[in-house]
Amino acid sequence: MLEALLLMMGLGGVAGTLLGIASKVFYVWEDPRIALVTDCLAGANCGGCGYTGCGACAAAMVAGEAPPSACIVGGATSAEMAAAVLGLEAGAAEPLTSQNTCTGGFRAPEKFTYMGVNDCRAAYLLYTGAKECGVGCLGFGSCVRACQFDALKMGPEGVPVVDVEKCTGCGACEKACPKGIMQVRKPSDRILHMNLVTDRLAPCRQTCPAEIDIPKYIHHIRNKEYDKAYLTIMERNPMPLSIGRVCPHPCEDACRRALGDDPISINQLKRFCSDWVFDENAQIKIPVAPDTGYSVAIVGGGPSGLAAAYFLRRLGHQVKIFEWMPKLAGMIRYGIPEYRLPKASLDRDIKRILDLGGIEVKTGVKFGVDFDLESLVGGGFDAVLFSIGAWKHASARIPDEDKVKGVVPATIYLRAQTEPGVGDPYPMGKNVAVIGGGNVAMDCLRSSIRRGAENVYCLYRREVKDMPANKVEIEACQHEGIEFIPLCTPTKFITDDEGNLTGIEYLKNELGEPDASGRRKPVAIKGSETVLPIDTFVLAIGQATDSAFAEQEGTAVSRLETFKGSIVVNPDTHQTAVPYVFSSGDSAGPPGLLVAAIGGARRAARGIHKYLMGEDMAMSEIRLRVDSRRMKGHISGTIFDSIEGIEKKGRIGQPELEPGSYERQHTYAEVDLTITEEDALREANRCMRCCLTCYNRDTGMASRA
Amino acid sequence: MGDFILLAISAILVNNILLIQYLGNCPFLGTSKKMDTAVGMAMAVVFVLALAGIVTWIFEAVFLKPLGLEYIRTIVFIVVIAALVQFVEIFLKKNIPALYAGLGIFLPLITTNCAVMGVCLINIKEEYNFLEMLVSSIAYPAGFGLALILFAGLRERIIIGRVPGPLQDVSIALVTAGFMSLSFLGFKGMI
Repeated sequence: MLEALLLMMGLGGVAGTLLGIASKVFYVWEDPRIALVTDCLAGANCGGCGYTGCGACAAAMVAGEAPPSACIVGGATSAEMAAAVLGLEAGAAEPLTSQNTCTGGFRAPEKFTYMGVNDCRAAYLLYTGAKECGVGCLGFGSCVRACQFDALKMGPEGVPVVDVEKCTGCGACEKACPKGIMQVRKPSDRILHMNLVTDRLAPCRQTCPAEIDIPKYIHHIRNKEYDKAYLTIMERNPMPLSIGRVCPHPCEDACRRALGDDPISINQLKRFCSDWVFDENAQIKIPVAPDTGYSVAIVGGGPSGLAAAYFLRRLGHQVKIFEWMPKLAGMIRYGIPEYRLPKASLDRDIKRILDLGGIEVKTGVKFGVDFDLESLVGGGFDAVLFSIGAWKHASARIPDEDKVKGVVPATIYLRAQTEPGVGDPYPMGKNVAVIGGGNVAMDCLRSSIRRGAENVYCLYRREVKDMPANKVEIEACQHEGIEFIPLCTPTKFITDDEGNLTGIEYLKNELGEPDASGRRKPVAIKGSETVLPIDTFVLAIGQATDSAFAEQEGTAVSRLETFKGSIVVNPDTHQTAVPYVFSSGDSAGPPGLLVAAIGGARRAARGIHKYLMGEDMAMSEIRLRVDSRRMKGHISGTIFDSIEGIEKKGRIGQPELEPGSYERQHTYAEVDLTITEEDALREANRCMRCCLTCYNRDTGMASRA
Repeated sequence: MGDFILLAISAILVNNILLIQYLGNCPFLGTSKKMDTAVGMAMAVVFVLALAGIVTWIFEAVFLKPLGLEYIRTIVFIVVIAALVQFVEIFLKKNIPALYAGLGIFLPLITTNCAVMGVCLINIKEEYNFLEMLVSSIAYPAGFGLALILFAGLRERIIIGRVPGPLQDVSIALVTAGFMSLSFLGFKGMI
């Protein structure tokens, strides 16, 4: 016994001494930071990072081969600590979280009664499960059992609910789900994701040009989680205060509830929760991906440029915006009047974007004058995005329209009054006529009233019902006493001896055969000349991009292709004929909606990101392409003809300044007001939280919870 | 000479440490997903076992047998092999960085792997002389490597095959290992 003890002690002593000496004799210098970083990691030696143990992972981090966020178990906390040791950006880590993408659950109808093993994978083997919906949750909770961190629970609605605080993003649930419903993603992965035909999308979400997850944020509003609703919106739309005020909301046209009731006031809800976040000064932390080391120049700080800057920054790129006007936001600052979009709200949106950090702004510099493509490339930018908008007005083809004093393009007319001191202060007349039927024309009309014009006329060549402007805008014009003169073609300006405008002569129109757009073509009636006495005539019949710089021979920018002024791009990647040059917003196609510019900005940011990272730029073949204007291209079977189980409850109205009041007629006070919390909750409760085919019924809701 | 060849064939095929003796199944399943890893692991096992076999054999001959302490053999071997592997790791890191880069990451994983321990104990149990011990300590891990590399090849093929969901990954690997074990049983009558 004694020998055994002595031998073991001797052996232990010898082995210990030998190893001690060896570690001195065979000492290899190792970066001391490796030990420090190892302490920051989870210490589980699980290998989840792809390295053999925590030590190897720490060594890779110190060598710069692995990001500080490589440790999956440690999550954001360990990433921030490791980043601090390595002297990197503290906020470099992006949280990896699991998300349940199906809201079906108990309400989803079943094809047959499954009586087998209580396991999703087993149920899936039998005709892909009992649910009628091919991509819906089977509800047996294989993901819940796979989760080792107690972060998943089966919710009362029959679908799993993720506890974001506990989720480590390990990916076990995603592997366990046979239908790909559980998705473990980083925020930047979600930014790069475009709607696919295989996704679980409500009709409104399919229609939104910015692809905002509408049912999700309305669900948050219903639970009074306004900050979460705001964050959900911010994943797709960085300017919710502005869009919440001016968007013509095509999503509401697709609202399934409209089949049996009024559609949900989606845009008012967006505006409500975004306003709430700022009014309550809620602390919002928007995650940003680790720095990629690339920098992108954005020419044009309008809505599209700002949104692209926001998305690119969140993907980890450095961004610099070059803006030719004194302030950011382009046409929505200098084109949309104060009473529709107060500058204070706009500035809040912009501040949120710039608060991400890493976005530099240079105002008052114009492309082609102060700098050009060569200087940007020479300045170290890896990609350039043109989002220069459409600031050139179209001609009305009336003789002498650029000579007569009193004829003014809408862009200049609006700019002079939205931002005093910018542009030429335009002398205001008493009798104003605006030609055009779009939203810009409505803005000119309503601004004229506020600037003291006595008679304001809207000239349009078709009928009022054919006007492309938002219905609410046309109604607001009528409330404010604007006279519509439809079916007319202006032919001649009448001037006094000094060339000042005194009147406009126009012909009356009648409607002929339908043209290419399907609308009946207006034809002028000979001999119907009428004279309207006016002193100001505003041209609001469309705008185009000023891309004259692309005509200069011998410059890099001349390789860009243009069509009717806009820069020709690949519609999926927004890449131009020059590989490192991209274009988005109005300058990449015919001028469109603000929300479409935001959606385009995300596609452009994705294109630039893929280009910079050397990844495949092509979009998936199963990308969902919905034409929100013609309401075409939705996932088949998701647009219903009729709906059951819905009561008519009616939508909340739009609170507005009293028509005829002093504020309404003579000041730039905001006309449309934000809805109250009570109304917002009532409206959010009307939302049926649709998915592809599932929706919540008002009555007879099957509840098995 | 003929004896040595017989011993080698027996160790590699007939008494394969993995598929017949069922020792070292942990790295067998853990490191067989990729061929590169499997090859590295096989090399590391050969290297460590050759060293461990020699050292434990000497230890048995010099200390345990003369002192009549065979009953604490297992504990002594664990300490000896652990210390040896640690020492080798430190030594390689300094003096042969290339070899360390190739094997280094596997060394801590097999410090006191049961296959390593098992072969050392077999060497004593069969009362091999030094040369026989040397052959055995190289041939057994060679058999380990053979089985591991074959298995990794199969798993790389399986991963692209259409495996039913509940059988994926480790389940199908175990089924495959079972079939391999059955086929290795066919070598039984060779010697």
